Amino acid sequence: MRQGAGPHLRRNLTVLAVVSVVYLVVAMFVTNSYYQLILTLVPVWALFGVSWNILSGYGGQLSFGHASFFGIGAYTVTLSVIYWGLSPWLGIPLGMVIGGLAAIAIGFPTFRLRGHYFALSMLAYPLAILYVMQYLGFQEVSMPMQRENGFRFMEFSEPRIYTLLAVLLLVGGVVVSLIIENSRFGLALLAIRQNELAAEAAGINARLWKMRSLVVSGMLGAVAGGFYARVLLVVTPDSVFGMLVSAQAVVVTLFGGVASVWGPVIGAAILVPLAETLQAELGTYLPGIQGVVYGIAIIAIMLLSPDGLFWTVRDRLFRREAPRGVSDVGPAAEPAALPPPTRRASAPAAGPLLQVEGLSRAFGGLRAVSEVSFSVTEGEILGIIGPNGAGKTTLFNVLNGVLTADEGAARLDGQAMLGRKTFEVCRMGVGRTFQVVRSFPRLPVLDNVIVGAYGAGLSDREAIAEAVRALHQVGLHDRSGVAAGQLTNKQLRLMELARALAGNPRLLLLDETLAGLGREECDDVLGVLARVRAQGVTICIIEHTMHAMMRLADRFVVLDHGRVLATGLPRVVVEDTSVIEAYLGKKWLARRDA
Amino acid sequence: MDLEILIENVLNAVTAGITIGCIYGLMCIGLGLIFGIMRIVNFAQGELLMLGMFASFYLVSEGRVLSFLGPYWGPFIGAMCAAPLLFSGGALLHKFLISRVSGLRTVGSLDEGHFGQLVVTLGISLILQNGGQILFGSTPVAVRTPLSSEAFLIGPLYHGATVFLNKAKLVAFFVAILAAVVLYVTLEYTRLGKALRAAADNPTAATYMGIDVDRAYRIAFGLGCGITAVAGGLMATYISFTPFVGFDYVIIMYSGVVLGGMGSIFGAFWGGVTVGFVQQFSALILPPQLQNAAIFVVFLMIVLLRPQGLFGRSAERA
Repeated sequence: MRQGAGPHLRRNLTVLAVVSVVYLVVAMFVTNSYYQLILTLVPVWALFGVSWNILSGYGGQLSFGHASFFGIGAYTVTLSVIYWGLSPWLGIPLGMVIGGLAAIAIGFPTFRLRGHYFALSMLAYPLAILYVMQYLGFQEVSMPMQRENGFRFMEFSEPRIYTLLAVLLLVGGVVVSLIIENSRFGLALLAIRQNELAAEAAGINARLWKMRSLVVSGMLGAVAGGFYARVLLVVTPDSVFGMLVSAQAVVVTLFGGVASVWGPVIGAAILVPLAETLQAELGTYLPGIQGVVYGIAIIAIMLLSPDGLFWTVRDRLFRREAPRGVSDVGPAAEPAALPPPTRRASAPAAGPLLQVEGLSRAFGGLRAVSEVSFSVTEGEILGIIGPNGAGKTTLFNVLNGVLTADEGAARLDGQAMLGRKTFEVCRMGVGRTFQVVRSFPRLPVLDNVIVGAYGAGLSDREAIAEAVRALHQVGLHDRSGVAAGQLTNKQLRLMELARALAGNPRLLLLDETLAGLGREECDDVLGVLARVRAQGVTICIIEHTMHAMMRLADRFVVLDHGRVLATGLPRVVVEDTSVIEAYLGKKWLARRDA
Repeated sequence: MDLEILIENVLNAVTAGITIGCIYGLMCIGLGLIFGIMRIVNFAQGELLMLGMFASFYLVSEGRVLSFLGPYWGPFIGAMCAAPLLFSGGALLHKFLISRVSGLRTVGSLDEGHFGQLVVTLGISLILQNGGQILFGSTPVAVRTPLSSEAFLIGPLYHGATVFLNKAKLVAFFVAILAAVVLYVTLEYTRLGKALRAAADNPTAATYMGIDVDRAYRIAFGLGCGITAVAGGLMATYISFTPFVGFDYVIIMYSGVVLGGMGSIFGAFWGGVTVGFVQQFSALILPPQLQNAAIFVVFLMIVLLRPQGLFGRSAERA
């Protein structure tokens, strides 16, 4: 569980219990069969919204094709009754399994895509299935009646039992969602949504977490669809695979509050009765009024409170700078009682810690990094300098797996680094910061840093302890409850450093950590770096500020046009004529010599 | 004997592929223009196509505003008249809805506002589709022209094969080419075109150069709507349609735009032509119900196998 999860979970579970009981008690007094149906449909659509929210709300992978899973559940339940006489009590779990498998089949190719492309491709799946279903002749399939043994086939003459079952299913879905939200699963998804590359560089396997969220989401979606088929008795491709079904999940969740457990529930509770009632009252004169209402609802909510009702109301009521998706974070505990950091067993290095040989990377005709070789010994601070466009950042990107190398090798303590994914390089013990800070702006500072600790594979308790320690190490512990988006540039740089440190790295790749800092701020950060080094972390740092580099670095590697121009002690390198030429130009050199 | 039928079918698929493909091409330009200039994926583009069809329908068949032009000229003039109507509609949509979640407002925000844009255009799509059902009803209609049941016969050619050229599709084909050329000239050679391309390239810089980016986007969005509406009006002469017709074409449009390389406006045209070909040839081997499914599969393959044409990670700086 994440930090602060206990009380948060307890409070939410209490609310869940109270709300469900009240809802059921109210439902018991409703006798009109149409209203009973609406009361059953509200939890069904809420559950479908919960399913969508796990993938698209927390994880930010916008899906417009969630009807795939809903429809798969519905058809599995219906067809298994018809062909195998399988009871829906087993059909719904079977639908879950098939929904989960479909999620793997869909996710495997589709997660190669991001943003727009992901959203659009997801749209194509239910539509393709819809046409196939029509082709196979399943235009309209009805659930056979089983008057003899109704209970066995989940068939009840008392409609309120369906409401009870729907509420129970929704409670299950909400509990799953709560568990995700309060565990490293949820934190990984929130981090991926806010900055996928940063999450990868902090050791999070983004692809795996996204796949997990899709599978959970697909399974819950199939449950909603399967139960829906049981309640409505008739399944058509349009009613379960159609666009309006996918839209329903998006609409209830966005309206109620995205990335909140309660969002889909609130959204469904308001919109489903509204749309159904309008459809019943006006449907004959105004067919399609339901779709119009949904359309207006999401546009209005997007323009007026883009995060949904839950967050807006909460912010109004509690007027505090609450970071979304996270419970309050108290000031981090003093790490005094914590055991000293457990450094990765650093065997007495026989060779250099990092050894780079003949590394090259081209973009089309431009050789951004060309046959670069250098080495870094354990405990050293290596400064990488060079004019703009010299290939410094590309070098880091190749080393930590953001880009692939064209040729060459890089070894960390003898182990090959190239060919690994970014998160794998991180887990080898390589921390990374970025030229433009990549934070998770809506998460509090402590959670930002915990992502790095989770990335290193630490348990929940260790991760929190390591994160607190890392924050103390960089001197940001008093800001740990603040959302990262509110930090100053220097604090962001330090937070990014703490995130890298929380994974207990052996090697840090720092990309212009001092960029944009004033003289005094610069001195502070240099002090932090010196302390980090004193604890035995090896550092490669890219930097332009020469006076700072002269104080900090043990050795320089100078890059120009992708090649290593010079290597050696700072004093020596800055006197090197080829280096001066690269930085200041031939004219300057000629004038100096004259 | 079988060979003759095959040759005839293939030749007819080729001609139908070219004529329908160019009309699809025009339709795709509309979406490609909006994406290329504003970087917005407009979910409601299929509904704009539908509105183009109904605009033409009401001008020509139902409302008879243009009935004095006769059944031969009327439908095609009607299709062209859909452009200014939908241009204004699009510009208004942009002014009141789209501009609030796009453009300079969202530069540098969490995901450049993509989430909001997709959701707002989804909302517009739902309103237009279902609102269309309320306004226009759900009985299929068509713009009547005698040309749609007439054809030029070419042949007999090789092995007695005859090619049928539907006259309505042929005229629609020429109008589509004309519209595409006019748009090309406008974008390439006029001041307006330059402003649009500048706004597409770098909205912030364009603002500093004195270009009213918001206005440029509004015009681009309007143009995108208008162009797709013309394509809709043209298609209305040879298919029957309901307010839900947009859905069948929205994936065709996305396939064309992605195939042409997202961001390239005239690449979208060639993408549309290609999709038209795929559709006509799939008709040779697949049962009719699966033709749309085939297009979805092609779409997924394009998106998955041709990532280099797509923006995203490669352009991202770490």
